[in-house]
Amino acid sequence: MNIIVCIKQVPDTTNVRIDPETNTLIRAGVQSIINPFDAYAIEEGVRLKEKFGGTVTIVTMGPPQAEEALREAISLGADEAVLVSDRAFAGSDTWATSYTLSKAIQKIGQFDLIICGKQAIDGDTAQVGPGISAHLDIPQITYVKKIEDVKLDGAHRHMRAEKMTEEGYEIIESPLPCLITVVKEINEPRLPSLKGKMRAKKIEIKKILAKDLDVDPGLLGLNGSPTKVVRIFTPPPRKGGQMLEGEAKEICGKLVELLKCEIP
Amino acid sequence: MSIKVITEKCTGCKLCVRVCPFGAIEVVNKKAVINLDKCTLCGACIESCKFSAIVLTKLSPSDIDFPKKLDAYKDVWVFCEQKKGAVQSVAYELLGKGRELADQLGVDLCGVLLGENVKTEAQKVIHRGANKVYLVDAPELKNYQDEPYSKVLVKLIKEHKPEIVLCGATSIGRSLISRVAIGIHAGLTADCTGLDIDRKERLLLQTRPAFGGNIMATIICPNHRPQMSTVRHKVMKEAEENKHHKGQIIEKKYGKEEYFSRTKLLDIVEEIEETVNLTEADIIVSGGRGMQNPENFKLVEDLAKVLGGAVGASRAAVDSGWKTYSHQVGQTGKTVCPKIYIACGISGQIQHLVGMQSSEIIVAINKDPHAPIFTVATYGIVGDLFEILPELTKRFKEVLKK
Ligand SMILES: Cc1cc2nc3c(=O)[nH]c(=O)nc-3n(C[C@H](O)[C@H](O)[C@H](O)COP(=O)(O)OP(=O)(O)OC[C@H]3O[C@@H](n4cnc5c(N)ncnc54)[C@H](O)[C@@H]3O)c2cc1C
Ligand SMILES: Nc1ncnc2c1ncn2[C@@H]1O[C@H](COP(=O)(O)O)[C@@H](O)[C@H]1O
Repeated sequence: MNIIVCIKQVPDTTNVRIDPETNTLIRAGVQSIINPFDAYAIEEGVRLKEKFGGTVTIVTMGPPQAEEALREAISLGADEAVLVSDRAFAGSDTWATSYTLSKAIQKIGQFDLIICGKQAIDGDTAQVGPGISAHLDIPQITYVKKIEDVKLDGAHRHMRAEKMTEEGYEIIESPLPCLITVVKEINEPRLPSLKGKMRAKKIEIKKILAKDLDVDPGLLGLNGSPTKVVRIFTPPPRKGGQMLEGEAKEICGKLVELLKCEIP
Repeated sequence: MSIKVITEKCTGCKLCVRVCPFGAIEVVNKKAVINLDKCTLCGACIESCKFSAIVLTKLSPSDIDFPKKLDAYKDVWVFCEQKKGAVQSVAYELLGKGRELADQLGVDLCGVLLGENVKTEAQKVIHRGANKVYLVDAPELKNYQDEPYSKVLVKLIKEHKPEIVLCGATSIGRSLISRVAIGIHAGLTADCTGLDIDRKERLLLQTRPAFGGNIMATIICPNHRPQMSTVRHKVMKEAEENKHHKGQIIEKKYGKEEYFSRTKLLDIVEEIEETVNLTEADIIVSGGRGMQNPENFKLVEDLAKVLGGAVGASRAAVDSGWKTYSHQVGQTGKTVCPKIYIACGISGQIQHLVGMQSSEIIVAINKDPHAPIFTVATYGIVGDLFEILPELTKRFKEVLKK
């Protein structure tokens, strides 16, 4: 089973704080991590490979330092890593990102399954996964929390998965190749192995530039992005709250008074 | 497209270094230097610079000459998500906002409804202010599926050319619209919390949080139509129902090819246990590690029940197996914005806060006075939740007579 996992390197928001005086983002010391949802995508890819054979290829589009994220993914059990990086891709919105990634995936070759995270924690759009499947015109299952079954032989190669919804889940069957996006519940990612770490150090990362792709340059980067950011600002901080003090009974009485008209 | 520092103006004050979400700016010899490998051209530094020393050459609304064909697009559309044949409340919220936008532009507000036997629902969409409803009624559209829904919506958009398309940022909305936007090369902004119109340029100003709400971005889509957004549930006010409001239902039919789905929906499993859907709830009572064990969650559930609310949980509580993942609030769980959010025994780490800090009222109960949850709390209670929760439940029961 040939699997492609798309990952994104994102700033670790754990360390992002707001400077109370200037009301701006304090970024000092903020490290880059693999997008948390993509860690589940890597793990699921590696598990499927262990079960069915084949390879797991990690793809990321980003600046040169995104190579770190690729090496980390190798240490977690992936086989190959591809960095899609070029100034021509800078400023891509989700349309241009999914276009570029879909072209890069076509270049990489035959695949049975593409796995993406549910969403990236910097932009929170959840648009790139479905965007890639739309560009490649393959079926998709989003918000997958469990893969129930995979059939790789016979005429009807397919998989069956549980898709999380607001009310519960749906069981969906899709022919292969297809694309899935995964949520946290799907697995518990392993830690890197010693062997994996060694491989991660040595592995040669494949690089893909704009000129390597069969693309329309007008559809790349900022030029290819229908959306434009016109303003960035920090939201007004939440207004300072009120501490309720006293005995438990007293506090509860106060709170009930404060809230009772707010309850629909 | 480029970004540069005008060195004559730069004073080396480092404000831009601090605001850059990507760590792409350094000050070298008292001048800001932008690392173009890290820069994503997001523009955060530009706002921050008090000396206008950073410039990004890009399109701004006033620079844009509209190609003629954009004029062919008009009307504001709302995709009316239905489940089990009932239009979901998020659609009514969008109709409320959609009405304002349509009035500002002087165009019609239209609903789009796909389903089976949903004509009476189309009438309800009109009662909520739509001038027209495009109705596609077919057995294949009974339940939401990515492919038929996106193919039909692409066809409808190509045929009728709306200028704006709004859709709920729900699991259905986000999967559907992302696919549709690719097919018609439209701009799509995810999870908006604010929508407005630049009347002069007829542009939709879409404002959304990024970096877990640490910054807000306003996004436009100058050269492509329609302008599409998904909108966060519970942020906009529902359109009021007016049974006298009149509108037109336009029934459309498509063929086998549009209705065909390569994926098959085999089963729909509902799991809502004791409570209502988290993202729909007006009140959420959440428990964290401070609950100590799954049995104690009953205290949270009891309060939620009295208030008619839903039960949420921190990741620590979910990872301990006390609550299922569908209850998790936060960065790797759900983003919620109820009217009232009551956090019990939750410390309030940033990954939890990003999922709930836009709630209208936040109540925090924690025995540690330094817990970060208190920085966002409207009402904070320093105390033992095992004492507070039963008392609160009892009092609310009396007041609400339940
Ligand atoms: C990549 C990543 C993603 C994450 N995503 C999420 C997410 O989506 N959602 C999420 O919630 N977390 C998430 N986390 C985890 C997050 O960082 C915190 O670890 C988690 O939120 C802590 O949960 P908690 O507040 O319940 O537990 P704790 O931090 O252990 O807090 C327990 C609190 O209970 C209080 N307490 C204890 N006993 C009592 C008592 N008797 N009465 C009153 N108060 C009491 C304590 O004072 C303490 O403040 C994520 C972390 C990472 C690294
Ligand atoms: N630049 C990128 N390179 C590779 N994969 C990406 C990139 N951006 C997004 N993805 C994938 O798409 C998913 C959703 O991202 P987003 O649409 O940005 O929320 C992520 O979890 C990744 O799997």
